[in-house]
Amino acid sequence: MTTVTDKSVTLPVGDEPPLVTGNLGFHDITQLVSYHTEKRPPSAWYMAFAVSSTLLAVLLVLIAYLFWNGIGVWGNNNPVGWGWPIVNFVFWVGIGHAGTLISAILFLFRQRWRTAINRSAEAMTLFAVICALLFPTIHVGRVWVIYWTLPLPNQMEMWPQFKSPLLWDVFAVSVYFTVSLIFWYVGLVPDVATLRDRARSIWRRRIMGFLSLGWTGANRHWRNYEKTYLLLAALATPLVLSVHSVVSFDFAISIIPGWHTTIFPPYFVAGAIFSGFAMVMTLLIIARRVYNIQNIITMNHLEKMAIIILVTGTMVGFAYITEFFIAWYSQVEYEQYAFLNRATGPYAWAYWTMMSCNLLFPQFFWIKRLRRSIPFLFVTSIIVNIGMWFERFVITVISLHRDFLPSSWDYFNPTIVDVLTLAGSFGLFLTLFLLFLRFLPMVAMAEVKVVLPESDPHFYDKEDHD
Amino acid sequence: MIKRLLWRIKASMGIYETRPGEICGLLAEYPHPGALLKAAQAVHASGYRHFDTHSPFPIHGMDKAMGLGQSKVGYITLGGGLAGLALATWLQWWTSAVDYPINISGKPFFAIEPSIPIMFELTVLLSALAAVTGMLLLNGLPRPYNPLFYSSEFQRVTDDAFFLHIAASDPSFDQEGTELMLRELGALNVEAIHDHGYSELHSATS
Repeated sequence: MTTVTDKSVTLPVGDEPPLVTGNLGFHDITQLVSYHTEKRPPSAWYMAFAVSSTLLAVLLVLIAYLFWNGIGVWGNNNPVGWGWPIVNFVFWVGIGHAGTLISAILFLFRQRWRTAINRSAEAMTLFAVICALLFPTIHVGRVWVIYWTLPLPNQMEMWPQFKSPLLWDVFAVSVYFTVSLIFWYVGLVPDVATLRDRARSIWRRRIMGFLSLGWTGANRHWRNYEKTYLLLAALATPLVLSVHSVVSFDFAISIIPGWHTTIFPPYFVAGAIFSGFAMVMTLLIIARRVYNIQNIITMNHLEKMAIIILVTGTMVGFAYITEFFIAWYSQVEYEQYAFLNRATGPYAWAYWTMMSCNLLFPQFFWIKRLRRSIPFLFVTSIIVNIGMWFERFVITVISLHRDFLPSSWDYFNPTIVDVLTLAGSFGLFLTLFLLFLRFLPMVAMAEVKVVLPESDPHFYDKEDHD
Repeated sequence: MIKRLLWRIKASMGIYETRPGEICGLLAEYPHPGALLKAAQAVHASGYRHFDTHSPFPIHGMDKAMGLGQSKVGYITLGGGLAGLALATWLQWWTSAVDYPINISGKPFFAIEPSIPIMFELTVLLSALAAVTGMLLLNGLPRPYNPLFYSSEFQRVTDDAFFLHIAASDPSFDQEGTELMLRELGALNVEAIHDHGYSELHSATS
């Protein structure tokens, strides 16, 4: 091929630095990304898989133990009826926001750098939402009647209570999962067709052929495909903003001091984007190195993510301070006590962990040198997710542990089952993510090819005039 | 009449019927997206309609070059969205105000305000399902067998190669003349595609 992969001519596109570095052509991108699904995975993959599948096994055993004994095995008790399971649910739903934000909102804003990270971020979203859906499901107690949350005709002739935010949550999270899955799969079709056409063995060709639906890259197909992708992005944009808003209604529509605030929906959404980007960063810093795709997921991509973390982290910190202001300004005694108790009460350690991880640490990203330092980015991305887990702990547990009736006040302690279930949910998440890295292209090849200057048909007009 | 309509619908999806024993069409490879765009413009200007370009990624301006109009996926999506909105409204009204009304803190059995989240969710869900189903229908996918898969060169279409395929079912098609035109437009090579059916392809590749 002496055609497009031969890059003797390179043209700058505007003032933007090239999105793909290292002078890669179309075939190089195909090769670089597909290759990892075709060869034996590196030994680091096997080690990671051994650890994550062990944690997954722990999760499965604990779920069986829970179903047999009931939710008394957790630390949940009066007055803290929503303990770690709900903290973990909100934590995982939050992480599951970055993927669809990157694929939908950044698509509508024509942020072309998203193409390098959208596939893996969407996969991460799906797996995080699976972890999130797990927690309320096992938290209901009688899991065998979980179908009562759906409007299915039953022998009691009863229907779900549509005025309840908990039911809205069932719809919001499951619709979010379904739409994210569809969006991810539609994006995968052309890339799975690439794997089909590269397949050596008949079974690999058949499986990839089945999944790629007979895709031939026909322009008649691309025409409808691109329109569909645009529409899905337009639909997923309000959806991604609505999911965590609806999750926040679970709290905000109650009358518990510390929960009953109108700031919750935007504040939860900002926090979700914040933690989601941090998780994408943690995973991609490892994956880009192990899979040697630093030319596709470049330093500039990581820096852009760091800026988003800085912006959303500052928004979240602003919301923390606003809550205090409103508690004072409202002159409501209970509200004021709830917030003073957060900062100075028995859980002050959790509150100040949250404040320092979420408000303080991301501020270092004002410094360009730190935004471009891989070790610093990696450590900060983990600190941010610790902080965001504590945010949900602060909201859920601190608000509940001292309610309106001082005689029922209590200090919440998790059990070992709580702790191991959280660890096990990381096992589920990482196992799914590792399987994704093993079997599917982790970068959207067709989309990355479009951001190369050679994909523009008029690139060649200039060549003719030279 | 119906047969004729089906034939036209299939052609819009890029599925062209072939008479047994005849070639399916000509597949020409072009060096880069720019050449493919120019070739598609010229082929369309020469009056061909049963043709398609195949590329690893969507090429900007190709719809116009091929003389294709707006995609109809938008209308299907709108239909899905309206159906979702209607379903959610009906579901919440009928279950809580008609079939089994329960008084909860004196709230109305049905009101718009608490119904909005579910209305929104089902609108989005049915729109998204309609968009993808509509896209697959308009594209005639899934289509596991395609005579183009007989070409070994065509395997690079999802990697870095750019093809133009003119189907033999086009009224202007004439094997020699069409091939000459494709070559004059700068084709690297031109290949005749034969349709031997699925079972032959299966045994050829296994």
